[in-house]
Amino acid sequence: MCGIVGLFLKDKSLEPQLGAMLSEMLVLLTDRGPDSAGIAIYGSSAAGHGKITIQSPSPDVDFTGLDSEVSREIGAPVAMTVKSTHAVLELPADKLELARDAIATLRPDARIMGVGESIEIYKEVGLPEEVAKRFDLSAMSGSHGIGHTRMATESAVTTMGAHPFSTGPDQCLVHNGSLSNHNNVRRELRRAGMKFETENDTEVAAAYLSHQIATGKGLGEALESSLNDLDGFFTFVVGTKNGFGVVRDPIACKPAVMAETDQYVAFGSEYRALANLPGVEQARVWEPEPSTVYFWEH
Amino acid sequence: MATSNLAKAVTPEDHGARIFDLSKTTLRELNQALHEVTEGSNLRSWEILNPKGSHAVAVGVDTPVQIDVRGSVGYYCAGMNQNSTITVHGSAGPGVAENMMSGTVVVKGDASQYAGATGRGGLLVIEGNASSRCGISMKGIDIVVRGNVGHMSAFMAQSGNLVILGNAGDALGDSIYEARLFVRGKVKSLGADCIEKEMRPEHIAILQGLLDRAGITDVKPEEFKRYGSARTLYNFNIDNADAY
Repeated sequence: MCGIVGLFLKDKSLEPQLGAMLSEMLVLLTDRGPDSAGIAIYGSSAAGHGKITIQSPSPDVDFTGLDSEVSREIGAPVAMTVKSTHAVLELPADKLELARDAIATLRPDARIMGVGESIEIYKEVGLPEEVAKRFDLSAMSGSHGIGHTRMATESAVTTMGAHPFSTGPDQCLVHNGSLSNHNNVRRELRRAGMKFETENDTEVAAAYLSHQIATGKGLGEALESSLNDLDGFFTFVVGTKNGFGVVRDPIACKPAVMAETDQYVAFGSEYRALANLPGVEQARVWEPEPSTVYFWEH
Repeated sequence: MATSNLAKAVTPEDHGARIFDLSKTTLRELNQALHEVTEGSNLRSWEILNPKGSHAVAVGVDTPVQIDVRGSVGYYCAGMNQNSTITVHGSAGPGVAENMMSGTVVVKGDASQYAGATGRGGLLVIEGNASSRCGISMKGIDIVVRGNVGHMSAFMAQSGNLVILGNAGDALGDSIYEARLFVRGKVKSLGADCIEKEMRPEHIAILQGLLDRAGITDVKPEEFKRYGSARTLYNFNIDNADAY
C-alpha cells in the first residue's frame, strides 16, 4: 500500500503550521504503511544560503564538532541544527558541493538525505507518529511539503529505503506502487552518471526525474516523460524548490485524492488524510486522472 | 419469517433516527449495532455523523433500514448491502457498494474506483462522477451514474445495467458478458468485444425504469446509446492463438 500526503500552501499565513498540518495528515494514514515514514519540508531560505540534511546511525559521534570541521574544509561559516538522527547544516549556497564532499570524507558513515536552498528531509523506520515526534515535525514551518508512510515491497525496511528520496538539489519524490523496470532504468542512469544509494525502485524514479531536469526539462515535462519510460504501478508526488507535482500511471489503481481551496492544494492517498484540513468541506475535491501531469508552482 | 405479535419495548430512539457519531463511537460498534437490527425492529432510521473518510461504514447491513451518512467515506462503504437504503451525503472512496445483493445505495458526491464491483442486485446511484472500473464484474446490480465514469468500467460485466449520463473513459465494457451499458455522452473507447447495439423498444422501457428508480426526470432514454457484448470471446478461436 503506502500512504502519501502533500501540501502546497497558497496562503502565507498558514506557513507556520505546515509541519503540524502535514504530520497530522501523515499520522491519519498510518495503517497504509507501518514500516517507515518520512517528510520533506521546503522551509525558509535566506538568499545565498543552502542546506544539507544528513543522517547518521551514531549521531553522538558523527555530529559532534561536525559544523566546525566542515567550516574549516570549505572556508565559510556553517550553522548546524541536530534533531535526533538527523542534522541540518546551513552554509553559503556556492559551497554546497564542497561541503557535501567534505562530509563524505569526514563522516563516511553519515548519509546525505537532501541538498538544496530550502529542502529539509527527515525519515526513519517506525510509525509516522513516532517519526513526527522524534524530529518535532509539527513545529516546522514552510511553503510546501511531502510526506510518506511505507509498506515495503521492493527493498528492505531501512532508513535509506524510506521515502522521500532526493536525488537532485531541492528535489524529492515519494511513491505509492512498485516499478517493474527499475533495474534497467537504474543501469541506464548509472551509465549517464547518476549515483544510487539503494536497490529501491523509488530511488530510480527520483533519479530519473532529476536526470530529466538536469538535461533542461521542466518538472511538468519530466513527469510527462516518466509516463513513457517507467513501467509499473505508481502514484508519484514530487517536490521542487517552488513547486509540487502529481502523476499517476495509466492503470491508476494506486489511490489519490486532491483538494484545492484559496489557501492550499492538498494531496492524500485517501480522503481521510484531508478530512481535518481547514475549509475542506468547501474545497474542490477530485481524483487526479490517470496519465495526467498536475503541478503547481509558487 | 414469523414475527412476534408481542408489543416491543419502546425506547426513546424509536421516535427518531438513531444517531452514531463516529468521532465518539467506534466503527465496530456502529456496524455491530447495524447487524443486530432484526426484521421486526423499530430502529428503521439511522444517521451517521463525522465519517471523515472512514473505511467499511455500514458494511454487511441485511435489514430494510434507512441509513444517512453525513460526510465523505473511505473504502468499501455499504459493501454487501442487502435490503437497506444507504445514502452518502458526500463522496465515497474505492469499492462503494461492493458485492451489493439488494437494496439501494445513493452517493450524493463522487465515487472512487470500482464502485459497485461484483454487485449481484439492488440499485447504486452515483450523483457525481465515478472513477475507473465502475461496475467491474457486475453480476446483476443496476448502477446509474449522473456524471462520467473512468477507464475500464464494466470490465467483464456479466449481468445487470450500467447507465451513464455523462461520458465513459477508455475501454468501456472490455470482455463484457451479458450486462447492458447505456451511455448518454461520449465513449472514449470500447474494450475488447464490446460493441454498440440497437436501442429497441424493450431497451427504452428498461432504461426508463432505471431512470425512474434513480429519481432522474430531466433526461430521456432516447438520448442514450446501448453497448453490449459482441459475444466473440465466448468460445476459443484458434485464429487468436498467437495473441496468448
